[in-house]
Amino acid sequence: MSCAETIAAYAFRSIGYGERLLPRTDFTICQQFTLIGSGMIWNIYFGLLALAIGFVIANAVAVGKASANPMFRKPAEWFVFIFRGSPLFIQFFFAYFCFLSLKNVFPIFSPLTSATFGALFVLILNTAAYSGEIFYGALKSIPKGDIEAADAYGMTGWSRFRRIIWPTMMRLGWPGYTNEAIFLFHATALVFFAGFPAFQQRGDALYYANYFADKTFNPFIPYPILAFYFVLLSLTVIGVFGLMNRRLNRHLPQAARTRLKRRPMLMR
Amino acid sequence: MNMYWAFGTVLLLLAITAPLALLFGFGGAVAARSRIAPLRWFGQGYMAVVRGIPDIVFFLFFVIALDQALEYIRHRWKCPDWEEPVRQGNDFIVCQIAKLPLNNAPQWIHEVYGFSLAVLTFAIVFGAFAGNVLYGAMNAVPRAQVETAEAYGFTPRQTFRRIIVPQMWVYALPGLSNVWMVLIKATPLLFLLGVEDIVYWARELGGSKTPQFTDYPHPDWRMWYFGALLVFYLLFTRVSEVVFDRLMTRLTFGQATAGGEAQRKVAA
Repeated sequence: MSCAETIAAYAFRSIGYGERLLPRTDFTICQQFTLIGSGMIWNIYFGLLALAIGFVIANAVAVGKASANPMFRKPAEWFVFIFRGSPLFIQFFFAYFCFLSLKNVFPIFSPLTSATFGALFVLILNTAAYSGEIFYGALKSIPKGDIEAADAYGMTGWSRFRRIIWPTMMRLGWPGYTNEAIFLFHATALVFFAGFPAFQQRGDALYYANYFADKTFNPFIPYPILAFYFVLLSLTVIGVFGLMNRRLNRHLPQAARTRLKRRPMLMR
Repeated sequence: MNMYWAFGTVLLLLAITAPLALLFGFGGAVAARSRIAPLRWFGQGYMAVVRGIPDIVFFLFFVIALDQALEYIRHRWKCPDWEEPVRQGNDFIVCQIAKLPLNNAPQWIHEVYGFSLAVLTFAIVFGAFAGNVLYGAMNAVPRAQVETAEAYGFTPRQTFRRIIVPQMWVYALPGLSNVWMVLIKATPLLFLLGVEDIVYWARELGGSKTPQFTDYPHPDWRMWYFGALLVFYLLFTRVSEVVFDRLMTRLTFGQATAGGEAQRKVAA
């Protein structure tokens, strides 16, 4: 098979299009590149959706944690503690078996036993807890003067939050949130190693890299390819978040802008 | 019964890995500060590469890579007249006496070998994180302290040993405690390295791959096993947090930092 044919056959293998059989012998670099790249579709799917939905929940968590009312504060604190205090890996396992048991009682849970939704669910809650904590820290470090100025203008409640507090919170939390986004993409690599089955060998990038490493006993080719893809993905995330950071800080004098610094990669 | 020992495995891993990673990190940080350019590049490259890639990739990669590297070295050393190439297609072949561990070795040697590979992998990965923290901490020691040492005629080596190293810990501790938390949360990945740790047992016990042969008197309890693991990790994290808080209070005593200043004011 030429390389173009390989790409045609395997580029969308991870979502079930193209050739069904994975290569078994005579692995070429091209096959490895294509299949691992095809697996990246899943990583991007998990990462993007979890980021988007988790962002909304994270804001609620941050505000809840900063609330004076213990009815909102306590649940938010526990939520953050549970998801930040335990390994994501165990969370995946626990959720998977939890959904399996629930499925027997309520059939409505059956989609959640698949990686597509179940793992996404766990990732959303996990990133919500981590970014909630980041936003909470940002919320706590909003300059006192900003809030006093808002009070002086007679802003209260929702309008004060929407116009003053929330934008500042985003601005201050953004560098931390960028790192969180990168970690999240890295964390997506765990999905198919933690209970959730890969249906018809449709796995993510690490799943295929591991497949090749197992078959060839040569880790020196698939894993660097995987690393290459992840570095590319991280750089893209940094680029996109950098643009948003520019927009969030556009009203500030040039020198006072916080530059995004990449502080990579603590796993959770 | 083995399952309870597995908790011991995890604790043992943490107990060995933490000092080893600190050592690796210290080496990396010192190398990154070195005046000799290649050594500096090595130190900085080590930290940058390991931190830039999801660590699960490293866990999967290093175990095979280290294993093959060790076997290859032994192969070259023990069987010098071996003619054929080591890598034949998809196989990695070394002569019999170079196998690690030897094929006829008892089972426990295999387990110990697998465990030490895991420890080494953890130490390499977390050494990079710790190295980054220590590197920052060494730079955070107030410049005036170093200048005073120079004024007293200390050589760079003396300055490093007597001034920088004793003072850097207070700056390093918040970062190190963070690395420790992440290390705790990375231990479930041991399971991926083929060590029979708690995740392995939680998965195996009551697993229903062959339900007709394993008639448990109870239904699938794996959800509760993983629930127990979740609680174990949460407790562990909580205890570590408390210990680190205490340690930080001790270390900041008499230091020229905001924390030390606050302590002084309370005492005065």
